[in-house]
Amino acid sequence: MAKLNLIQTLNQTLQQQLAKDKNIILLGEDVGKDGGVFRVTDGLWKEFGNNRVIDTPLSEIGIIATSVGLAIAGMKPIAEVQFDGFSMPMLDQLYHHAARMRKRSQGKYHVPLVLRVPHGGGIRGLEHHSESLETFFAHIPGLKVVTPSTPYNAKGLLIAAINDPDPVIFLEPKRVYRAIKQEVPEKEYTIPLGKTEVIQSGNDVTVISWGAMQKVVRSAIKQLQNKYSIDILDILTLSPLDKQPIFESVKKTGRCVVVQEAPKTCGYGAELAAIIGEDVLLSLKAPVTRVTGYDIPVPLPKLENYYIPNEEKIINAIESVMSF
Amino acid sequence: MVQFLNQEGRASKDIPKISSDVIKRMYELMVLARTFDDIALKLQREGRILTYASLLGQEAAQIGSALAFSKSDWLVPYYRDNGVFITAGYPLDLLYLYWTGDVRGMKIPHDINILPISVPVGSQIPHATGISWAHALQGKKLATGVYFGDGATSKGDFHVGLNFAGVLNTPCIFICENNQWAISVPRSRQTKSETIAQKAQAYGIEGVLVDGNDVIAVYSTVMQAIEKAKKGGGPTLIECYTYRMESHTTADEWKRYRSGKEVDEWKAKDPIKRLEKYMETLDLWDNAYAEKVIESAQTQVNEAVKKFESYPPPQPHEMFEHIYEKRPPELEEQWTSAFGR
Ligand SMILES: Cc1ncc(C[n+]2csc(CCOP(=O)(O)OP(=O)(O)O)c2C)c(N)n1
Repeated sequence: MAKLNLIQTLNQTLQQQLAKDKNIILLGEDVGKDGGVFRVTDGLWKEFGNNRVIDTPLSEIGIIATSVGLAIAGMKPIAEVQFDGFSMPMLDQLYHHAARMRKRSQGKYHVPLVLRVPHGGGIRGLEHHSESLETFFAHIPGLKVVTPSTPYNAKGLLIAAINDPDPVIFLEPKRVYRAIKQEVPEKEYTIPLGKTEVIQSGNDVTVISWGAMQKVVRSAIKQLQNKYSIDILDILTLSPLDKQPIFESVKKTGRCVVVQEAPKTCGYGAELAAIIGEDVLLSLKAPVTRVTGYDIPVPLPKLENYYIPNEEKIINAIESVMSF
Repeated sequence: MVQFLNQEGRASKDIPKISSDVIKRMYELMVLARTFDDIALKLQREGRILTYASLLGQEAAQIGSALAFSKSDWLVPYYRDNGVFITAGYPLDLLYLYWTGDVRGMKIPHDINILPISVPVGSQIPHATGISWAHALQGKKLATGVYFGDGATSKGDFHVGLNFAGVLNTPCIFICENNQWAISVPRSRQTKSETIAQKAQAYGIEGVLVDGNDVIAVYSTVMQAIEKAKKGGGPTLIECYTYRMESHTTADEWKRYRSGKEVDEWKAKDPIKRLEKYMETLDLWDNAYAEKVIESAQTQVNEAVKKFESYPPPQPHEMFEHIYEKRPPELEEQWTSAFGR
């Protein structure tokens, strides 16, 4: 089996899907000849041509709004936005149209598009190149929000997202793009959307995260492996959320730490804390504790590392719930 | 296309009269901007600054236009406009500092009316419309110049900015640096219009296509637009036809999508060489003068490099500053929990 990084995996997956279904098209800025700024679509323009892999005029609203129309009329648009920060104007079209066309047309139309979003910080980018915006998407009824954490799960999730009849936001952790290589099967496989994965089982504390934070969590927990027995959960689909594994884990451990890169207030972690409080409150031995970014814009690279949750902050949070 | 200096630097008969001092100032700023750029690219290769967007080839468009504004006018540049910042008198060391990924580089001196770099393409265009609208409402005789690339003309922001400015007749000068590429996407893929200048017609405003590598043409076209705007004549769209000689940024490789032949053709249209030839015919330029100008530019840039590299690193708590005028309690708490104060 080939060892691939996340970019190579996404490239291979898109190539296979384009070859399989001629209704699939890729559209975005610089996705054609240039292969995308992260090279995820490298070589695909050459193989599939101008009508399948399309450099659009420079407009994120244009990309997503025409994707809505393309999808309604039977195409399967896989749109790329170059960086997370530039997806904000797309919210208008996603919120009002992509996510509601099914409802508004009483089921006659649906919008099976996929929007790929390079996501999160840690690449020493310019302003607007390092945002974690999952909450904005996950707050929209009718959208699905998926975030892989490894090359292996990225392939299965991307294929499932493409096959899905509803609009899917696919958040690609930039920091993982070239950071991990993993054995990825050549053949097609899917990982169903709407599943939380249990990465490791333990009895003392539950640590929940997603996307790029998974890697940081796993490395933090290695440092505690002789001290505590820890459950690690990876929320591969943020919306719709698979709650059961969370409840089962917290019932067992009674302690929970949520790690998110986004700002704290109204972040996705707040939702997790709330549902845990609603459903398994009496199992808790300590308050659900969040390790998050701060309520500020992601700092430019010189200070970025002070912002993004790191191993030390995660270990401190685990120690604090353990000694509560 | 408005052009007064052809590729060989020969002047047309109707070339406007511009004082020798201004011409020399243009030249000196263009050399300074190019030196700044050259050293920025070198610093980037050495890892001393981060991703950098070069202005090479766009000196005439940036300096010629910015120099036409007076000190009290307002400038709204985009990320490639180091030449505009330099013309406005922005400290070179702060510009370098910004490109190291340090927000303190955008601490704008109080006497320069310039907005910080806006990275989302085109998003700054309607801000300039609003600023110029405010000036009109306040009865101030000020012009606002806003800059953007050809790619930005595909954004809704471009439409909104020009449309509002047209309807409200604001004193705004829209300066498009059409450098033919938006990363790997050629101008022809941004619009089916033959020119960008012609889009002005749809907004009922004046549009001018100018040779963006002819600093005299850029300067006098922008100057006319400013005078008109200040007299209440409304906005103008100016398309500076130019070329991005370098890669989009240091994170890009132009060889992936455009030919060396094209780049070489534009090399022959170099804006600085062209001005030198013209200045020679006016007895304003010779080798000795050029050497002096280059030396002075190098000295200024070297000093700026020394200065920006001697700044102490920003303190982590600074990331909590300038979020609100007064920090709310929750943020105060987050600061304390992070650094203990
Ligand atoms: C809204 C938005 N989308 C995408 C990007 C990424 N990006 C940065 S520059 C650029 C191309 C801009 O081209 P143009 O406007 O022609 O200006 P140039 O860089 O060529 O000077 C793109 C796509 C961005 N900064 N902002």
